[in-house]
Amino acid sequence: MKETKTLVKIQDLSASFFSIPVLKNIDLEIPIHKVVALIGPSGCGKSTFLRCLNRMHEEVSGAGIQGQVFLEGQNIYAPYIDPVLVRRKVGMVFQKPNPFPGLSIFDNVAVGLKLMGVKRKVLFERVENSLKQAALWDEVKDILKRQGTSLSGGQQQRLCIARTLAINPSVVLMDEPTSALDPISTARIEGLIRELKEKVTVIIVTHNMQQASRVSDKTAFLLSGELIEYGKTSQIFTNPSKGKTESYITGRFG
Amino acid sequence: MIEKLNPIFVFSFFKKKEKKKDIHAQDRFFYFFLKALSWSLIFLFFYMLFVIFQMSWPAFSHFGMNFFVNADWNSWTQSFGALSLVYGTVVTSILALLLAVPVSVGVALFLSELAPNWLAKPLSFIVEMLAAVPSIVYGLWGLFVLAPLLRDYIQAFLSKYFHFLPFFQGPYYGVGMMCGGVILAIMIIPTISSVCREVFRTIPKSNREAVLGLGATRWEMLKIAVLRGSSTGIIGAVIMGLGRALGETMAVTMVIGNAPSIKISLFEPAQTMASILANQYAEADNELHLASLTAVGFTLFFLSLIINILAFLLVWKMKRSTTGISSTKRFSSASRGPSLSGLDYTGKEKKE
Repeated sequence: MKETKTLVKIQDLSASFFSIPVLKNIDLEIPIHKVVALIGPSGCGKSTFLRCLNRMHEEVSGAGIQGQVFLEGQNIYAPYIDPVLVRRKVGMVFQKPNPFPGLSIFDNVAVGLKLMGVKRKVLFERVENSLKQAALWDEVKDILKRQGTSLSGGQQQRLCIARTLAINPSVVLMDEPTSALDPISTARIEGLIRELKEKVTVIIVTHNMQQASRVSDKTAFLLSGELIEYGKTSQIFTNPSKGKTESYITGRFG
Repeated sequence: MIEKLNPIFVFSFFKKKEKKKDIHAQDRFFYFFLKALSWSLIFLFFYMLFVIFQMSWPAFSHFGMNFFVNADWNSWTQSFGALSLVYGTVVTSILALLLAVPVSVGVALFLSELAPNWLAKPLSFIVEMLAAVPSIVYGLWGLFVLAPLLRDYIQAFLSKYFHFLPFFQGPYYGVGMMCGGVILAIMIIPTISSVCREVFRTIPKSNREAVLGLGATRWEMLKIAVLRGSSTGIIGAVIMGLGRALGETMAVTMVIGNAPSIKISLFEPAQTMASILANQYAEADNELHLASLTAVGFTLFFLSLIINILAFLLVWKMKRSTTGISSTKRFSSASRGPSLSGLDYTGKEKKE
């Protein structure tokens, strides 16, 4: 097996809300073109950790953050870095599908491209590509003008993934992307995630152990803001080295 | 079923048998009392509509549709037409909207999206308080402060540099349609901005973060996620403000100049439907004059009714559509699976 390059390197990351610590000194390296799952009980800081990676955490009032996050070797918390530009490299998909109300399916995907100033001529091509990558193109190619919100929940979530992919991020963060979806839509999105890692690195937060074991290459287990264990998914789920990890994945708490 | 489960009830059941009949008497009384109160409001509303129509019938039957086309309002010649009053009302209201909408939407955006908490709370309180100032106080302020201010600075400026526009021609006195419009604008700002804020609040936080996540600046986020998403609601808020502007009486009466005429210049005095009622109702000396005034009142009532219904429908539709977007409603039953039967059960129980 060949050596994989590290894309995101998290060093001594701590985060807090109104000076209550949520994350404590996290160190983590995310390899390129892999899917990394974050598991842990509710309130352990998974979502906050995710939101620290695209500087979304600071959008909430009372948020505090220390430490460094290196994306392609560049610290995204360096004072001269514009969070807006960070977010163009690090896309995000949310728990509930949230296509923009009042925008058509096409515009929902095009909006990020327009923000980046993509020319009209190539706009259609880029939108088509992203919808194809998100495995949604065949379903919507004839109804591109219809409202994004008119799609079904699973389609809406794939639309949101297409919208995120459209601006060519190197990392896509997914915060429980299937928790509001039915099993069939969930399966489609999981298949999609496995395909996506050819082009992007995916970091996914999930409450579903089976999902973590199905889609991810590496898994990190967080408990009350601390990183308990991080390693290959196969190893975490079959032979965890820490007792806490084992009792969590076997359902003894959480 | 409840009788079996509730030990207290079983106890009292054995103790005092005769009480069983009356145990829900208070419930029934309370229910019918509240029902009667609610119905009396509905009755009152239609009764009012009926009485006003009845009182204004002499004017409608005397002038016919001409009442709405005639611009002349003269108690000497007994010629009464509502056109000039409708004109005055519409012009002042439109002017008020033109001035108030950008300010209100801006204030609402600032308060709900940009201002830090310590500033947003007191500031929104003050904006709401604008609505609590009595109309007559606005009128006095308008007459003694705003009108001279407009005359000496704004109207003088407009008259000097923009007199080629028909809106800014002729002599200016301060009082007139422009002053009425400005006063109305100040009065409807709290209405529009508070409804706008309510509408902005219905937009899920994740929508805002999704736009930010695409690498949008704060302004682009507001434009895409907040303004575009709530356009229906904003229109509703504007119409709600319009409804308030149409019916506003005292303040406008004091600053509009009270001359029922149709002039294009905003410096000119005019008369609105509400202000002529306040001015002339006490002095109307014959039946036709009185009936014509009531007819104006009826027209105003009807107009603001329609406007308000429209506004409520728009805001309601907006709220419903934004809360319905997320898949939870549509998909909760599908994702739950086994608990589907639980839903059926509650549905059945409601029917029974």
